[in-house]
Amino acid sequence: MFSVMGGTMKAPDFDYLRPATLDAAIALLASSDGDAMPLAGGQSLMPMMNFRVASPSALIDLADLAELRGISRDGSSIRIGAMTRYAELAASAEVMAALPLFGMALPHIAHDAIRNRGTLGGTIALGDPAAEMPALALALGAKIELAGPDGTRVIDADEFYLGYYETARAPDELIVAIHYPVALSDHRFGFHELTQRHGDYALAGAVVARTAQGHRVAFFGVADRPLRLPALEQALNTNPDVQSALHHLSAIAFTGDVKASAATRQRLAAVALTRALQGMTQ
Amino acid sequence: MTGPTHIFDKPNRYIGQSAPRADAARLLQGRGRYVDDVSLPRMVHASFVRSPHAHARITAIDTTAAKSCPGVVAIYTGADLAQHVTPYVGVLTHLAGLRSAPQHPLALDVARWQGEPVVMVIATSRALAEDACEHVMVDYDPLPATLDAETALSADAPLIHPEFGSNLAWERVVNAGNIDAAFATPGVKIVEREFRFGRHTGVTLESRGTVCDFDPSEEYLTVYYSGQAPHMMQVIFSKHLGLPEENIRVISNDVGGSFGIKIHTYGDEIATAAAAKLLRRPVKFIADRFESFVTDIHARDHVVRARMGVTEAGTIVGIDFDDLTGIGPFSMYPRTSAIECNQVLNLTGAPYVLENYRARGRVVFQNKTLMCQYRAVGHPIAMAICDGLLEDAARLIGMDPVDLRLRNLMADDSYPRASASGMKLDDLSHQAALRKLTQIMDYDTLRADQAEARKRGVYRGIGFVSMVEVTNPSPMFYGIGGAPIASQDGATVRLDAGGALHVSSSITEQGQGTNAILAQIAAGVFGVDLNRVKVTTGDTATTPYGGGTWASRGAGIGGEAMLQAAQALKDQVLEVAAVMLQTTPDKLDIQNGNVTDPDGTKRMTLADLARTVYYRGNELPSDLKPELIATRHYRVTDFPFVFTNGAMAAQVEVDIETGFVKVLHFWAVEDCGRVINPMLVDEQIRGGVVQGIGGALYEECHYSPEGQMLNATMADYMVPMAAEMPDITVAHIETPTKTSVLGAKGAGEAGTGGAPAAILNAVNDALAPLGASLWQMPMTPERVLTALDAAAG
Repeated sequence: MFSVMGGTMKAPDFDYLRPATLDAAIALLASSDGDAMPLAGGQSLMPMMNFRVASPSALIDLADLAELRGISRDGSSIRIGAMTRYAELAASAEVMAALPLFGMALPHIAHDAIRNRGTLGGTIALGDPAAEMPALALALGAKIELAGPDGTRVIDADEFYLGYYETARAPDELIVAIHYPVALSDHRFGFHELTQRHGDYALAGAVVARTAQGHRVAFFGVADRPLRLPALEQALNTNPDVQSALHHLSAIAFTGDVKASAATRQRLAAVALTRALQGMTQ
Repeated sequence: MTGPTHIFDKPNRYIGQSAPRADAARLLQGRGRYVDDVSLPRMVHASFVRSPHAHARITAIDTTAAKSCPGVVAIYTGADLAQHVTPYVGVLTHLAGLRSAPQHPLALDVARWQGEPVVMVIATSRALAEDACEHVMVDYDPLPATLDAETALSADAPLIHPEFGSNLAWERVVNAGNIDAAFATPGVKIVEREFRFGRHTGVTLESRGTVCDFDPSEEYLTVYYSGQAPHMMQVIFSKHLGLPEENIRVISNDVGGSFGIKIHTYGDEIATAAAAKLLRRPVKFIADRFESFVTDIHARDHVVRARMGVTEAGTIVGIDFDDLTGIGPFSMYPRTSAIECNQVLNLTGAPYVLENYRARGRVVFQNKTLMCQYRAVGHPIAMAICDGLLEDAARLIGMDPVDLRLRNLMADDSYPRASASGMKLDDLSHQAALRKLTQIMDYDTLRADQAEARKRGVYRGIGFVSMVEVTNPSPMFYGIGGAPIASQDGATVRLDAGGALHVSSSITEQGQGTNAILAQIAAGVFGVDLNRVKVTTGDTATTPYGGGTWASRGAGIGGEAMLQAAQALKDQVLEVAAVMLQTTPDKLDIQNGNVTDPDGTKRMTLADLARTVYYRGNELPSDLKPELIATRHYRVTDFPFVFTNGAMAAQVEVDIETGFVKVLHFWAVEDCGRVINPMLVDEQIRGGVVQGIGGALYEECHYSPEGQMLNATMADYMVPMAAEMPDITVAHIETPTKTSVLGAKGAGEAGTGGAPAAILNAVNDALAPLGASLWQMPMTPERVLTALDAAAG
């Protein structure tokens, strides 16, 4: 993982910028020509800088941007500001009521210290293939609100994850908020994550949302990005027996690494999906 | 001497009590003084350029660009430091035939593992030193690497030290009885398995580090050092930097965990000391986590082919095994990397009556991080071989594994005696420990639970281990072989004018509570309140000379020295008191800080006595020469080691769909002789068990085919975490060792030595109804699934 071969404890020198408004932040980002990086919760970026894997010329701290904060409900949608921290999500009765999957997934995200600092926007933007929140965004059909020099745009989560740590966010754009559809009384949700140790990144995880339109199933920790399998969802819509749908997992290019081979990950993905379906909200 | 009964039974004895540690509040309030907390005037910082290759010829080093980087003070290559540091070789004479090549603090012409230090950059901050490291240009010519221990001895394996003609570092054979005849005896059944033990490492909370401060006016080097053996390091710095021993002071105050990784000679630390001497200013080096993973010694890395013979009636007739272990490109200096294999050969089967025993151990070089002594050296391998085969044999002959053990464990009244490998054993309690274990775990109920769970498709298993632990080593461990490692330890006890005790000891504190038990022994034996004892350890300039804390020797050896010193001071004080009180010493005692009559009636305070001695000596007879300080030393004389024993059990649940193993409960019955502080011993056992579970289920250093460590981060290398740990029930049997008055044996490594075998057996017990078994650690989900697939055909 690390190309530098030697002690890597301290980040290379960088500037620290703390704009007061979204416009100022975007202007700084645009003027840096890609050398600056936005700082949200810093739970992934700061270690990468100390490992000297990332070496931005400047950090643009988003902490003071009021535009990136707040949780608000607008009819059938709930808007969560990108700088909302995991701990704030867990403490929000509104989020817990509107998005049952958040209550199921948040306890699996690392540990208290990280949940106190890490942000929803940060994890959505980083797109770690084994992280929970990107997969939740896919399963829930979330919309990601981006702001850039040319104004704002909204993009479906389905269009956002393009590859290994690669997203549709342009380097001069910031995630402002994520919009999720509020759960209706007939919606059902399932979540299962397989980790050897609590709080680790998933060896395999599955998120299921079942609505009148059918199943949406997202997997994480299995491939180069969080992903859905429409054919598998369709199979579940027509036959609730998960066994009949599992062969669709073969469409995934499963990751193999020191913790689990690709074949093992496929097997674990099947277990995660099966258990997510067994544990659906009632 | 007023005798053991008095010491251990008087009102303020402290020995045997769970007294809270005096340093707990200080450490919890963040006031510990670890090496990185040391900041000295004019201090500069070291960072290292390390080999990215497992094996490569260094063809050129260009430091021109790096030298002009901001803040750079100096840059040293291997050739630079070779002029100032003599090379070192990790061999000892009592390990006959062991060979290794000279090592330099920085690689010279060839780098032999990924992470070997090649260039040292010194700058005014660590960040600037790291910046400059990126501008050091090293040209490497990669060489074929030998990585796999199993092919290291093949004819076409690349040679790591061509002058040796092979990659074999050491070989030893042990042969007792006639194993071939025993196995060929009619009615004897044989179980045979191949065990694999992955590499893992120590992962101390405080990484390795040193601040080296050289004063040229006195040619004096002060080394703040996160380590376990200050006097050993004093000799090593002296010998290889060319300074008199007395001109080196090694200070190891608060140490944030060590587990055996901090008793070795690391090139980056020697280089830091050399740089301080050359630059005549303080130099700090703190290993970051990545450096720790690729340079801290690794542990285990064994492949063992083993057989056990057992009769239908349940008599184990013998064990035969072959252990192959990879140690990296050098034998570690000065303790060597052959000790682990030697321990496996010495300890396998040691709890059992074995008439026939044959073992071969081979230690081979490979292009990976050096392997050396880590907590419970060799023990988890030895215990897993014997007790893994034992439970396999129990399944084969249809006998309960506890019954099979009870038939073969040495009888508790049969000591002293020797093990099949010739280890002298005494004061052990295997039978009692196993019986107590089955009681506290409620064995029958657990078996019923297991049967009930299987009806529900839940696969639970119960596994045991009966074990020995090497503790309190004598000079036979290292000193006999020429290592500069003290086997004795000293303690000094001083009564001050205020009536308090200042004590010092040559054993060291790494977080386990060494200082706490030293204070308990001094307070209890001498007779003051615990809070009137101040302890100094970890400083070659101010403590007695001794070995430090490793091999579970602190309490047993350093504790006995403290007991003897406190008793000697008591005798001296009572002699003075008898004169002052116009009586005889035998009619006096010291209790709760007072000189008393034997029944506890106060005669005078210790402060009154001490102030008279120190301030108003004119009141004393002129022929009375009071000595209110005493020093004693202690070493083990009649045995090479003082063995402890224990019995442990694990209950696990295997998720046969995912291969995940959950440890439901763990029990340990330990006989470490006299328990000085039950709370500290219990937590030592628990901590050891957790590290054993780590080795059994989680921890492994993975390497690519090219020799790159693939998981050198805390995200990828899995240490056991609290959330996954079971309740660990600890109980004791106390069979004091007769080798000392204190009677304490070691307790620090038992959990780590025993837990892996118990977990292995529990997993295989759970898998047995499916016809599957697994003999490789760590037992990862993928390996469990693979074993299940193999059984399913």
